[in-house]
Order: sequence, then C-alpha cells, then structure tokens
Amino acid sequence: MIVAVASGKGGTGKTTVAVNLALSVTSADSLFLDCDVEEPNAALFLHPTLDYREEVGILVPQVDEAKCTACGRCAEVCQFNAIAVVGQKVLVFPELCHGCGSCTINCPECAITEALNVTGVLESGQANTIRFWQGIMDVGQAMAVPIIHQLKERALGGLPPDGLAIIDVSPGAACPVVEAVNGADFCLMVTEPTPFGLHDLRIAVEVIRDELHIPVGVVINRDGVGDTGVDEYCTAEGVPMLMRIPLDRRIAEAYSEGVPMVETLPEYRVKFKQLYRQITGHTGRNIMEE
Amino acid sequence: MRIAISARALDINAPFDPRFGRGANFVFVDTESGEWEAYPNAAISASGGAGVQAAQFVVEHGAQAVVSGNFGPNAFATLKAAGMRMFIASEGTVQQLVDRFKAGELQEVDAATRAVGLRHSRGGKR
Repeated sequence: MIVAVASGKGGTGKTTVAVNLALSVTSADSLFLDCDVEEPNAALFLHPTLDYREEVGILVPQVDEAKCTACGRCAEVCQFNAIAVVGQKVLVFPELCHGCGSCTINCPECAITEALNVTGVLESGQANTIRFWQGIMDVGQAMAVPIIHQLKERALGGLPPDGLAIIDVSPGAACPVVEAVNGADFCLMVTEPTPFGLHDLRIAVEVIRDELHIPVGVVINRDGVGDTGVDEYCTAEGVPMLMRIPLDRRIAEAYSEGVPMVETLPEYRVKFKQLYRQITGHTGRNIMEE
Repeated sequence: MRIAISARALDINAPFDPRFGRGANFVFVDTESGEWEAYPNAAISASGGAGVQAAQFVVEHGAQAVVSGNFGPNAFATLKAAGMRMFIASEGTVQQLVDRFKAGELQEVDAATRAVGLRHSRGGKR
C-alpha cells in the first residue's frame, strides 16, 4: 500500500506527519520516500545510514554530425525549443530539454543518440526497520518531475505486494505533486486551520481527489490556532477529518532538535496507529503488524 | 542587406519592440530597396525556448542581421551559429531604426545581452 502525504500550503507539517506515521506503523518491509526533491528534509528526523547513491537526470539528444543532414525534423517536433537547426548546424540546449525523446524517434537519419544530463541524485539507506529513499535536485535545475519519477521507480520496485510505502510530497499542486502522488492508494492532506491553509488545501484536493481520483483525508496540524474554515470545508466536501495535532510547545521543541514527536511523546504513537487504521479503513487494505 | 527588426505591429512605421524571443512581430527590411514584409512572432506563445524559436524564424526568413533590444544566451547562440549579425536599440520606429542602421549608428553585439528594465525569464517549466 502506498500512502502519500501532501498539503497544498508549505510548512504545514507534511514531513512531521509522514515521519511519525512511518515510525508508528511497524512493518518489516516499509519504505519511506522523500519526494520533495527541491528540499528533502525527512532524513533530519529519520537519521538513515546511507548506503546507495545514483546520479539521475534526463536523457538529452546528442547529434552525430556525420549522419545529420540538417533536415530540421528534430527542431520541428521539439515542443520545448531545446534543439535548433540553423543552416547546416544543429544546436542542443540541455536546460530547455524535457527528455521526451521525440527528436530521437523522429530523426530520419537515426543521427541522434541520448546521453544522461545529470540533474540530481537518488540516495537510499536504512533507518532501523525503514528503508529510506530521497531524491535531491541539483541547485539551479528547474525540473523536479524526472527525479521524482526515477526515485519512485527505483524505490517502489522493491515494494512487496503487502508492503507499505510512505511518500513525503512537496508543497503545491503542480507537476511535482502530481508525479509524487500518482499511483498512491491514499493521500493524507496536512493543513493548518487558517485561511491560508484552507486556500491551498482546496486546490490540492481538487487535483488529487477530483483529477487523480485518489481518496484523501485531512490532518489538521497546529490545531487551536486560526478559525473553523477547514472543518467547514471538510464537512461540506465530504473529506474525512482523520487527526488533529494540537499547537504544543513540546512538539515544536522536539522538532527543532530533529526528534520525531512519537519519540518524546509516546502517546502520539497510539494516535498515529489510529490514523493508519483509519487510512486502511478507507482503502480496504491493512498490512500493519501490531 | 535584409534585416529583421522586432516591432509592436506589422508595419514599417510600427514602434520598435525591445523583446526578441517574446517580441510581437518581426519586420524584415531590404536596406537597399526599402522593401519590407512583416510577420507575427509565433514564438511569443512558446512555453519555453522562445528565443531559440524566434532565432530560427528570422534565419529561415533570410535575415542577415537582427535589431532588437536584448538577446538572451540561447537566442544569441542560435543566431551566432547562423552567422547572424546582432544589433541593439532601445526605441524608435522600424523605419527610424533602418535609417540609423544604414547610418552605422546601432551598436553591434558579440555576446548575449541583459535586458534593462525588463523582467527576464530563462524559460523552462517547473
């Protein structure tokens, strides 16, 4: 089973919920994927011992000038203007390339081969019983999707049919979120009970539930601040409210020291197990060994 | 010489458009005969790489020199590969810039330039 943890608004507690859920659900084969490749931070709380590293990126065209007739077909099919033909010369702009392969497929002379343009790395390691994975995009790169795609392909390839994978998603509701959430059995939406949290939650629910057809449930973090807008929205939209984490100085202090709340406040381990039971109730699947 | 000038309208008397990749139109002028023709810039709606697309467009339409307000790194590389000469200007009509070009008053550039007072985007999509 794959559980994604998304939010819409940034800084609401996605990583907090994902990490504490992973630590509370004891399954021998559980995977944790930090898919927030622009700024992965779950490792700060899970402290994995990394043992695997792989460079990833996108495949960009390389043109064999001996075979190229400068017919211009590659530039014509490129939707991103990443390859240009002027006179008898072909120019490739790797930073514009999305790695779709259209130029390679369409070249009538088979003059194009593809080479990896490295845009980031995948890392993996063990954190107690959890197999940890993260993607890290290089500074200056703009496309997170190919890195997330390769991260999921590598990590989820090792997920047994009865295994659990928890995916920490980036904020927002755009391409990287869609790529990270796609294929999940359930998506937790972590929000704060403020107009800002609600505004972005609404957009994320529209994408994840209404477009991707993935069941969602809400976790309110820092409960006790703000207003009742999120509750009213969830009631009106039929979105289940699964958990409330209060605004509590002890949680914030543990967080600031890189300590998950379930380690300093064991009562939360029970609450996160209940959260997981509710998720399995919504998906009809349960792999937890308690 | 046939020169391409980025312009706000499809006319020899149109105001100059300082944008190259995202400029509205290109007016192509034969500096000897004064004959001209104008085309809308299809690259204006490109999601990324507008400079590359516009550069190919002016090359394909036979220009030997381009006058615009700014040439980004990708547009510059593409135009340079085609052997295009690049000149920068800041204001005027297309006709006025043709006259200034013929008088040798426009500055020729041999490196990518930076827009002044324009928000500059590298393109690409997150």
